[in-house]
Amino acid sequence: MNLQSLTIDSARAALAEGKTSASALVDAHYVKIAADDAEIGAYLFLCKERAAAKAAAIDALAARGDELSPLAGVPVAIKDVMVTRGIRTTAGSKILGDYIPPYDCTAVARLEAAGAVILGKLNCDEFAMGSSNENSAWKPVRNPRDLSRVPGGSSGGSAAAVAANMAVATLGSDTGGSIRQPASFCGVVGLMPTYGRVSRYGLIAFASSLDRIGPLTKTVKDAATILKVIAGHDPMDSTSADIPVPDYVAELAKPVRGLRLGVPKEYFGEGLDAEVRGAIEAAIQRLAAQGCEIVPISLPHTKFAIPVYYIIATAEASSNLARFDGVRYGHRAAGATTLSQMYRRTRDEGFGAEVKRRIMLGTYVLSAGYYDAYYLKAQKVRTLIAQDFAEAFKNVDAIVTPTSPTAAFKLGEKSNDPLAMYLADIYTVTADLAGICGISVPCGETKEKLPIGVQILGKHFGEAVILRVAVAVEKSGVKAGS
Amino acid sequence: MKVSLQDVTHVANLANLELTESERTAMLRDMNSILDHIDNLNEIDTTNAPPMAQMAVLQSEQASREDILEGLRPSLPREEALANAPANDGIFFIVPKVIGR
Repeated sequence: MNLQSLTIDSARAALAEGKTSASALVDAHYVKIAADDAEIGAYLFLCKERAAAKAAAIDALAARGDELSPLAGVPVAIKDVMVTRGIRTTAGSKILGDYIPPYDCTAVARLEAAGAVILGKLNCDEFAMGSSNENSAWKPVRNPRDLSRVPGGSSGGSAAAVAANMAVATLGSDTGGSIRQPASFCGVVGLMPTYGRVSRYGLIAFASSLDRIGPLTKTVKDAATILKVIAGHDPMDSTSADIPVPDYVAELAKPVRGLRLGVPKEYFGEGLDAEVRGAIEAAIQRLAAQGCEIVPISLPHTKFAIPVYYIIATAEASSNLARFDGVRYGHRAAGATTLSQMYRRTRDEGFGAEVKRRIMLGTYVLSAGYYDAYYLKAQKVRTLIAQDFAEAFKNVDAIVTPTSPTAAFKLGEKSNDPLAMYLADIYTVTADLAGICGISVPCGETKEKLPIGVQILGKHFGEAVILRVAVAVEKSGVKAGS
Repeated sequence: MKVSLQDVTHVANLANLELTESERTAMLRDMNSILDHIDNLNEIDTTNAPPMAQMAVLQSEQASREDILEGLRPSLPREEALANAPANDGIFFIVPKVIGR
């Protein structure tokens, strides 16, 4: 079985024609994982029994000749920040080391209801805090394209598993770029839906006004297929939008000719690697050749996005992570004699360095005397960043930028300098702050054969448009750097 | 330097963290470096910008619902709610004694 060319479409077609079975697809992926994942480290936990039972159920349906559901028999895997009933879920943290959730995340449940088979849980930065996957409490993930390099983060396992053909598709989460940046580093497609498009119920909260769930896939069409399945209102998440879900796959057939694409000058300035710039500019030219109109635009508050993000995200994180206290679930420090000592030691032992750093920063910016200067100020600048996009989208249908200023960097290269790691999120955090949707799609390679992703940003609930533009990039091919 | 070692200790207290000596030193360095960068925000006039606490598209009446269980998950049975607790007696979570006599 050629796993490399296996997509949702080809898997379903092979099943419908009786050329393979869901059980065979699952087995082939577990063989691949057993062979390759020791050196990549994408998976934390496998759920072979649940996968075998699900695959057998799909095969029974197929044998009866029943119509197959949209993801029937498709082997997928889930970032370990989404809870799965009965399957260990740790958010990449020691503080949840033995946690067995009593319920399923809505997005995961919807995937399974559509026939997908869950292979296991994927490695990530602890509580999704990181841009390199080096903050996982369990092990780093290595980039399948070059094992000396990071896969990006925080959904590093989600991107690496797809890139290494250890799953047909995966779910990741994006708070500051955590779906799009690893997709870019690993050479796969990563879609961050609009805030509210996909329920966050069962996503272990990092920053609640920013967090999104979205797919990482081999093709844009697969991302459209999964979005259609997981999107839509959920009574369990009051921030999920009650807005109809379009048929994203059908929308892909519409032409891109005549679409107006904005290119913001602020995303092509200092710090952008020359090879990445070359690949993005070439992709923009290919979009122009397909009839898109390229419009130079400005998003003037872009340079404030990193400070705003690292105030808002850490403030929300410090509040969300207060629940990890050793009482109801997770790790508890031994031998404490008072409640307060038990809380402190539990959290000291359970959280890693980056998580503590963010809890500290978030607590500081919310503390008495600093709230107005930091948190309130950041909320106001966030408004200006969102207004930049709202202004731009009056004149353009989508915005095209690099996903990341560089291709994948080496393990250890930035891990001792948190600020340098944060600054590299500059092209992705803006869309999280504005609540809009974005997708990263492979568009080129560096001379060292490292993937480069182009980011397409769309207005609120404008996924259909950015998916169309992404298909146009995909069709025009991945070009080697000049 | 915006933050002193004393501030680090105070904030750690607020955050229910203890932190070792070396963690505090590293935290002092990292927090100051990040807060220095955050100071760039002072360049910008926000007099006419309202604060954005969440996404505007969602600040509508759709966030409220009738107080009925329709479409919601029922509460967990007690044994499931207690199953992950580090210490419990089958009815309650057990924690170190809070009130002395």
